[in-house]
Amino acid sequence: MGHTLIEKIIMNNTGLETVSPGQIVTTKVDRVMIHDIFIPFVAEKFKEMGFSKVWDPDKVVLIYDHMVPTSTVEDVRHFQIGDAFAREQGLTHVHRTDGICHQLMPEMGYAAPGQVVFGTDSHTTTYGAVGCFSSGIGYTEMAAILGTGELWVRVPETIRIEINGELPANVSAKDIILRILGDLRADGATYKALEFGGSTVEGLSVASRLTMSNMSVECGAKCALVAPDEKTAAFSKVSMDQIAWIHPDPDAKYEKVLHYNAADLVPVLACPSQVDNIHPVSELVGTKLDEVFIGSCTNGRLEDLAAAAQALESKTVAPGLRLIVTPASRSIYREAVKAGYIETLVKAGAIVTQPGCGLCCGRAGGILAEGETVLATNNRNFLGRMGPSSVKIYLASPATAAASAAAGKIVMPE
Amino acid sequence: MSKIFTFKNDVDTDQIIASQYLLLPNIDEMKGHAFESLSDTFASEVKPGDLIVAGDNFGCGSSREQAPSVLKALGVQAIIAKSFARIFYRNAINIGLPVLVSPELSDAVQQGQEATLDLSAGTVTVEGKTYTCTKLPPYMQRILNAGGLIAFLNQDTE
Repeated sequence: MGHTLIEKIIMNNTGLETVSPGQIVTTKVDRVMIHDIFIPFVAEKFKEMGFSKVWDPDKVVLIYDHMVPTSTVEDVRHFQIGDAFAREQGLTHVHRTDGICHQLMPEMGYAAPGQVVFGTDSHTTTYGAVGCFSSGIGYTEMAAILGTGELWVRVPETIRIEINGELPANVSAKDIILRILGDLRADGATYKALEFGGSTVEGLSVASRLTMSNMSVECGAKCALVAPDEKTAAFSKVSMDQIAWIHPDPDAKYEKVLHYNAADLVPVLACPSQVDNIHPVSELVGTKLDEVFIGSCTNGRLEDLAAAAQALESKTVAPGLRLIVTPASRSIYREAVKAGYIETLVKAGAIVTQPGCGLCCGRAGGILAEGETVLATNNRNFLGRMGPSSVKIYLASPATAAASAAAGKIVMPE
Repeated sequence: MSKIFTFKNDVDTDQIIASQYLLLPNIDEMKGHAFESLSDTFASEVKPGDLIVAGDNFGCGSSREQAPSVLKALGVQAIIAKSFARIFYRNAINIGLPVLVSPELSDAVQQGQEATLDLSAGTVTVEGKTYTCTKLPPYMQRILNAGGLIAFLNQDTE
């Protein structure tokens, strides 16, 4: 019997000749990611477990992103503890101001095709876009990996999502994944693997695939994989030979297969306050906005900034509306400067911030006031996520967000 | 007897403990803010031994382990839900907070009712009626029995 993509990766990692859903296996971890919010807790639990040395310092990546730059005096404590732990353990992969963890991990090659990677953040599913089994865990389990280099996992069932055909011009990867979340619902893939395929997915850039794998955790998915191809090999700087084994078998057994015709998809929004509360943008046209946010590990990549710049070329942000743009990493920021996107956005009236998680996790850089409404390109519209509970958060693509920023209200992307 | 606190479907970790409180220095300082966006009274009313009964997908959202940790620190004895989000479920077991799955309990009980939990049997009794919960996989049960992953690992090395 054939195997799905996640089963193949787990078999390769564990050396088992076959695995099946429900089986508990112990994986040898290829890389871990810890970010600034949780490093103090990881370091504390690591000591409580009686460990003194991490299993392999080269496999540990420490990224400061949620609190960069600091917004309160207390924030510094996390960097101090992180720096002390890095010194003590001889960690060399430490990024203090380079960008958001889920952009840096694949961008820097820390998360590569066929690997098994865990991170202290739910959106660790992102790296599935390059054919990597990656998933989020808590800080106690992270401490256990640091000591042992291993983690047990339950082999997940796989839901295959086949998308075929050509996307309409105003529909992006964000619209696709929001539509899937609306169909699967917030718990539709809990404990399960998603596997994206079909001609539409093959046609998407690696950046767009990252958007889809990133948001897959919003339907509970443990991981969300795309079989690597030429684009992945170029992005991850690996050869085609190295990734040749990373594909599902033709006779793989899926829990279910969902089919989408790309031509039928339309621009959509996630409405307050659930990620699976999906409606076509056309139904919400005219909704007044106080703020628009374009950025995050979901949609802060170069193509997202390009889409925003295109929509705001020779236009201005609506009077009274705040447009906040956050590139996902320093390298993306530089590319966007070189390409002129930042110039266009700033000229239009955008506030461009440093790469980081600030606004998306409700900590800094554009927190909303009581009763305000925001249209954002990030991944969660939970109650109270970006300000008080009375704030209404709509999630959409960068094209929808930028067009709406110019209009001061929700409009269709062009 | 334990008092029941009920919650609906898809309770996310931002609702359990909001992001802005994660920077407080310890769980004891965070726990008073549990469920702040959903309830003004939960954190002050919940007593050690009380139970949370919820619908589907309890604990969805972020990986923050502070979510089960604040509930444990407030004395919540166990959470019984129709289903749990994956990371919350693992985190709860790893900190030694029992999480039980019952497809029927949340539709059968109301906020404030008294209940008796028999953890070893995996049953909850409310007004004379007993509900049986789904058992944990054996490996997770061993971690929970040890009191969490730290105690489990220390036990392993002894």
